[in-house]
Formats: sequence, C-alpha cells, structure tokens
Amino acid sequence: MVTRGFTGRARSASDAVPPGQYVTADFPVLTAGPTIAIEPEEWELTIGDGATSKTYDWDDLHGLPMVTITTDIHCVTHWSKRDTTWEGVSISTLFDDAGVDDLPFALVSSYGGYTTNLPVADLVDRDAMIAVRFDGGEIAAEHGGPARLLVPHLYLWKSAKWVRDIRLSDDEQQGFWETAGYHNYGDPWREQRYYSD
Amino acid sequence: MAGSVRRALGWRTATVVDSIAETATARSLGLDVAAWSGHAAGQHVDIRLTAEDGYQATRSYSVSSGPGEAPQITVERVDDGEVSPYLVDVAEKGDTFEVRGPIGGYFVWEPAAQPLVLIAGGSGIAPLRAMWRAGTLRAPITVVYSARDVDRLIFRDELDSDATLAVRVHLTREQRPGFRSGRVGIDDLNEVIDARVAPAIYVCGPTSFVESVSRHLLTLDVDRRTIRTERFG
Ligand SMILES: Cc1cc2nc3c(=O)[nH]c(=O)nc-3n(C[C@H](O)[C@H](O)[C@H](O)COP(=O)(O)OP(=O)(O)OC[C@H]3O[C@@H](n4cnc5c(N)ncnc54)[C@H](O)[C@@H]3O)c2cc1C
Repeated sequence: MVTRGFTGRARSASDAVPPGQYVTADFPVLTAGPTIAIEPEEWELTIGDGATSKTYDWDDLHGLPMVTITTDIHCVTHWSKRDTTWEGVSISTLFDDAGVDDLPFALVSSYGGYTTNLPVADLVDRDAMIAVRFDGGEIAAEHGGPARLLVPHLYLWKSAKWVRDIRLSDDEQQGFWETAGYHNYGDPWREQRYYSD
Repeated sequence: MAGSVRRALGWRTATVVDSIAETATARSLGLDVAAWSGHAAGQHVDIRLTAEDGYQATRSYSVSSGPGEAPQITVERVDDGEVSPYLVDVAEKGDTFEVRGPIGGYFVWEPAAQPLVLIAGGSGIAPLRAMWRAGTLRAPITVVYSARDVDRLIFRDELDSDATLAVRVHLTREQRPGFRSGRVGIDDLNEVIDARVAPAIYVCGPTSFVESVSRHLLTLDVDRRTIRTERFG
C-alpha cells in the first residue's frame, strides 16, 4: 500500500539492516524502568546450572580471556546501529570456566529485576559475550554498564543490561518482555517482534 | 500483555479522519482502523509508510486518546526526521497508511484508586494524556510537564481546563508568570510526590529527560518498582 506523499530518505543507508529497521548514529535507550547505578566493585555475576555454580566479581571476570567484536545491533523499537565495537568475555569461555552443563535453556537476570530468556545454543555458538567496554570506553550506566550481556544477532532486549545471573535449565522460563507479549526468540531478520510474529 | 487475550498483531490500514494542529510543530491525527478493538492507556502503535518504489519506514507512536475513544496519535516534528515530518506536515484527512497494534503491556495504566503522577517532556505527553483521560475521580492525578517554551505546549487548553488534574508546567527556555522555569529538578518532584503513599509514576519523553527525572526520583527514595518509563529516543 503506497502512502500518498511519502518519499522517505535516501535508500542506500538502510540496505544491510533487517526489515523494518532504520539506521541511527545515536544510541537510543530502551529500558523498562529507571537506569540502574552499580559500581564495578559491587558488581557480581553468577553462572549456574542447578548443580554447579560459580560467582565472578569484576576482577575475576577480567582474569578471563577477552575478545573484541564489531557488529550491528538491532532494537525492537526499529533502530539499528552499525559497526559497534564491544569487548568482553565470550559466553562459551565463561561457561567452560564455570564448569556448567550446556542445558538447553537460559534465564538471564539483571540488577533491578529484569529478566530475559534464550536458548543456550544462541549464547555459546554465536558471538554472545559479557561486555565490559563499548567503542573503546566503559559502558555508560544507561547502556547497561558496568557489564551487560550482548547477543548481537537477536533484538537487543535479549542483551540484558546490568547482568547478574545466568541460570541454565532443562525447562524454559520466559523473561520480562517475553511474558509481556514480545517474541520468545526475537530474530531481527525474521522480524520476530511480538508473540504472534 | 500477560494474562490478557492475545490477538495476532497484523498490519491494518488506518485512514486519517481527523487532523488537529496542536502547536506549530505538533499534530494529532485521528485514525480510523478497521476492527480496532480498543487500547489500554499508555500503549503505542507501529506506523509503516510505503514510498512509490516500495521503500518502507516504520516508527512507534503512542496512542494519545483515552481507552474507549477512537485511536489518535500525537506527533512532534523532528526536523531532519524521516517519518514525523510526513505525519505532521503532509498527511491529511483521507490519507491511509499501515498500523500495527496496540502494543505494549508494561507502560500501561489501568484505572485504580492509587494516586497517579504523570511526568512528561515534550511529546512524551501523548501516552500520558491517554492515562488522564482513563482516570477516575478516585485517583488524584498530578501532571508535571516540561516543554521548551509556551508555544510548544501540547494539550495546553485541556490541561488548563480539566479541574481534576493538578498541573505544573515547566518551561526550559522561557520565563513566564504561572509557569516554572528551568528543568524539572529534585525539589519540584519532592513537592508533588509523597513516597509514603507510593503513587504510580509514569515518566515519558526524550531519553535525557527520562534519565534525569528517574534519577531524581530514586534520590527521593521512591520505590523503583512504582516508576514506569518510556523513552522516545
Ligand atoms: C514506544 C515509543 C512511542 C513513541 N511515541 C511517540 C509519540 O507519541 N509522539 C512522538 O512525536 N514521537 C513518539 N516516539 C518517537 C517516534 O517513534 C520517532 O522516533 C520520532 O517521531 C522521530 O522519527 P523520525 O522518522 O521523524 O526521525 P528519524 O528519521 O528517526 O530521526 C532523525 C533524527 O532525529 C533524531 N531523533 C529521533 N527521535 C527523536 C525524538 N523523539 N526527539 C528528538 N530527536 C529525535 C534521530 O536520532 C536522528 O538524528 C515514540 C517512540 C517510541 C519508541
């Protein structure tokens, strides 16, 4: 259906982003509530599978090998940001170090009570990481600093800010937006925004 | 929305049936959407525009009419924007585009007896209007609204004339009797919020506004679970 009088912006800029997305140079903020302020010294992350669990503080995390990736990121509110650079510890490194079993489902929890769920395969087989640096600097609090999950191939609500716990399990439990009507998986290339997509 | 009936969220045609210039830079569009089954206060729709060559652009807009009323959106023009200048300056009665929704189960308010505090920056007033129009007399409603200057105030007449609302308007770039000047600060919030009665608080507007207001609220010992925020970008 053509919209009378709408021409839109020059096309080339949005060629390589998923359907329904537009490219922004800014870094908008989507968070369910107020930004959480947490200092690196008080931050901790626990990885557990019900039988084994291990807790990392800021220094423990920095004792693990770090990787850097440059990737596009996609928010369900229709913006994409190109070529963002993140540094952190890959989830597969972390799970190996923690000695947990790769049970099929993960529930990720954040400081402040936010949760999100995803298949463990999406955490260990792709570029997912606990990110501690963004574009060469610390991650600002409104973007999830000091440490956030980054799962660049899914809509950003899966990349929990202020991450504090990842629990692996045999049963799937839905997180905050997933319970509120957003898609359970959230693949931007298949435009899985809402539960019925 | 958890617990509510879930319908498939397909794209539907919306026809512009009403067009109101709210300010020199903001416009409300009344929409006729086939089989619109109502919305909750605070929800938004996605709007998709299609150019002659098939190129599409999609953005989110809050529903600014009350539950039970016909759907309406209220858009502030972002000067170098792609979609908002079309909605504010080009769209007219009879034009059609696609919409999807209503969407959102978090930034919503269901009428309750609990006091309600609505805090908006700029076009962030749009979903909050749906909330005060959903209000009942049982719930005292306070509106704190910040805009650049008096010419940018959306819904000014309605805010002036609705005696059920306690309204405070801040102008950040203009001084004028009857208005507060400058940004919404801790003291301004302290005057309207009594943390002991745990009001429901909704904050909406540009990211910088929402960040600063919610930081102030947390300083006032407001329980973070009572604060719901929506950032427009
Ligand atoms: C859930 C939700 C509800 C929203 N509800 C409303 C609403 O009720 N009314 C409304 O007017 N807008 C609302 N917005 C914002 C709206 O979706 C668009 O982002 C906005 O209209 C700009 O789109 P555009 O295509 O004109 O500009 P773009 O082409 O997207 O952006 C052009 C430039 O403007 C900047 N920009 C983008 N958005 C804004 C903004 N809001 N203010 C200032 N600069 C901006 C961009 O970073 C970019 O530099 C909502 C956003 C969300 C996520």
